[in-house]
Amino acid sequence: MLSETKAYKVFKIFNYFLLAVIVFVTLTPFMNVVAQSFSSEAYINAGQVFLIPKGFNTETYEVIFGDRTFWLNYRNTILYTILGTAIAMVLTTMLSYVLSKRRLKGRGFFIGFSVFTMFFSGGMIPTYILYNNTLGITNTIWSVVLPGALSIYNMLIMKSFFENLPDSLEEAAAIDGMSTYGIIRSIILPLSKPILATMILFYAVAYWNSWFQAFLYLNNKDLFPVTLYLRNMISGAMGMSDVGQAASDNQTQIASNIKSVTMVLTVLPIITVYPFVQKYFVHGIMLGSVKE
Amino acid sequence: MDQEIDRLKDQPETGFITSQQEKENKKKKQGDRFSSTVKALKKDWQLYSLLILPIAYLIIFQYLPMIGNVIAFRKFVPGGSMFGEEFVGLHYVRMFINDPTFWRVFKNTLMLGGLTLLFNFPLPIIFAILLNEVKINKFKKFVQTASYLPHFISTVIVAGMIMEILASNGIVNQLIEMITGEKIIFMQSADWFRTIYVGSEVWQRTGWGAILYLAALTNIDPNLYEAAAIDGAGRLRQTWHVTIPGILPTVVTLLILNIGSFMNVGFEKILLLYNPLNYATSDVVSTYLYRIGLISNNFSYSTAIGLFQAIIGFVLVMSANMISKKVTDRSLW
Repeated sequence: MLSETKAYKVFKIFNYFLLAVIVFVTLTPFMNVVAQSFSSEAYINAGQVFLIPKGFNTETYEVIFGDRTFWLNYRNTILYTILGTAIAMVLTTMLSYVLSKRRLKGRGFFIGFSVFTMFFSGGMIPTYILYNNTLGITNTIWSVVLPGALSIYNMLIMKSFFENLPDSLEEAAAIDGMSTYGIIRSIILPLSKPILATMILFYAVAYWNSWFQAFLYLNNKDLFPVTLYLRNMISGAMGMSDVGQAASDNQTQIASNIKSVTMVLTVLPIITVYPFVQKYFVHGIMLGSVKE
Repeated sequence: MDQEIDRLKDQPETGFITSQQEKENKKKKQGDRFSSTVKALKKDWQLYSLLILPIAYLIIFQYLPMIGNVIAFRKFVPGGSMFGEEFVGLHYVRMFINDPTFWRVFKNTLMLGGLTLLFNFPLPIIFAILLNEVKINKFKKFVQTASYLPHFISTVIVAGMIMEILASNGIVNQLIEMITGEKIIFMQSADWFRTIYVGSEVWQRTGWGAILYLAALTNIDPNLYEAAAIDGAGRLRQTWHVTIPGILPTVVTLLILNIGSFMNVGFEKILLLYNPLNYATSDVVSTYLYRIGLISNNFSYSTAIGLFQAIIGFVLVMSANMISKKVTDRSLW
């Protein structure tokens, strides 16, 4: 590198400063929610809680922990996430592996068949009628688990990962008489750990965060995921009396710190796992996307 | 039209012999193709067998609803077939063309989609270039980790945060009150909705949007920078002549994808954030069709609107792809 000009040095200082501001702005809403969740309602209403809790208490956590519906919905979210991710991984791996084989006859057709669904879709109403009248899966967990079970975007990332694996390994195994299933099981899958981890994370996050499928297709409160519990709380569709015995006064609005506690608990698993898996999925998405 | 078909039918008879040969050749070719398909199936049946489940899934969950779109042209009877009962032609299309609310939500969709594209497309590029200038690795990692985080948060939580922060006693209003002495009722005001929506989109997507550009940036040959520096180019000129061309393919690809999703402005987020008081700017095509279809149970009408929206989206992506193929020689397929 040649010597840096003065202007570039000034820019560098400005750049560090700007990025620090961006980080601060990005994280502030999270810190604010956490601070609110530990604060007393009086301080929140007075608008005095910014980044540090005021009137520190954990009572609201206890209230939410004691709410049967919350735990039931939380458990549902865990169940939907695990089940949905498992189904999605099977479907996505199968499709992307097959489509990564250049020698496959009809490959172009199947790619087109899949990719077309990224750009054109049936829309909300026909899908609703299909689930409700034809398949009859509304008000069952399948209406939440099945709709997102094959993301073509994820499939394309995975496909390009498979395309970059060396062919020679598979060819050698095939000459030794190994079947396609055997090759996938004992050669491809062990080699694909980074992309498998990435995909599991993507699907798991998507299922964990989803609320709209449940909102559309589920009526039974006992089947709701926790996101829908939170949504009903935020939109005021849930009264104070619905949330444990938190309602000492007859407010119609749900207290800010109850909302904050629910938000913190809903987002907690993601925030906890996220820093540890981050490097894998960054690596994974780069592997899958940059190569031509 | 019919005449033309007749003419086409007539033509082969004038050259009978050649057409006979052609037919035979064709048959032979078809036969070849058939037998080679059988061969491929035999050889790779295990590979093909893996396709059964995913393709069946796509047919049921993607293609059946597409066919279900025909209820836009047929009258749907509750409890009846998903393809409707009675053909009514363009009745529902005419209905939304004459519907003033439709045009209001259409305009809102274009406004929100356009503003999102205007801010959310270039900002990740700028962010990636700025981040690429950071040579302290730990700081770079930290900025990346923080900036990706909002991407992994549920829309419900984002909406909840927005409402808490912008509430009349939220932190933003505390600041505003300190400066101006008055509060702004953000969520109930149509004037603020676009700012809130686009701002929150920027907050959520800029960091994550930069990830592919960062990947592209690491693939640029460092020798190019040195060569440019020796030629006397400063950092800014190096960015212009080396960095930008280096990430251009990624830029084009993502632009096409962005244009394709132009009509699908963040439906879920709007549904969580909007209310009758800000409908004037917040109500978009998808929220309108949701209300008509699933709240008022007018399935056929709202399918017609949905189909219209889907076709616009499809045409947009096709055109963007075609233009890009012509102008930059880059395309999605």
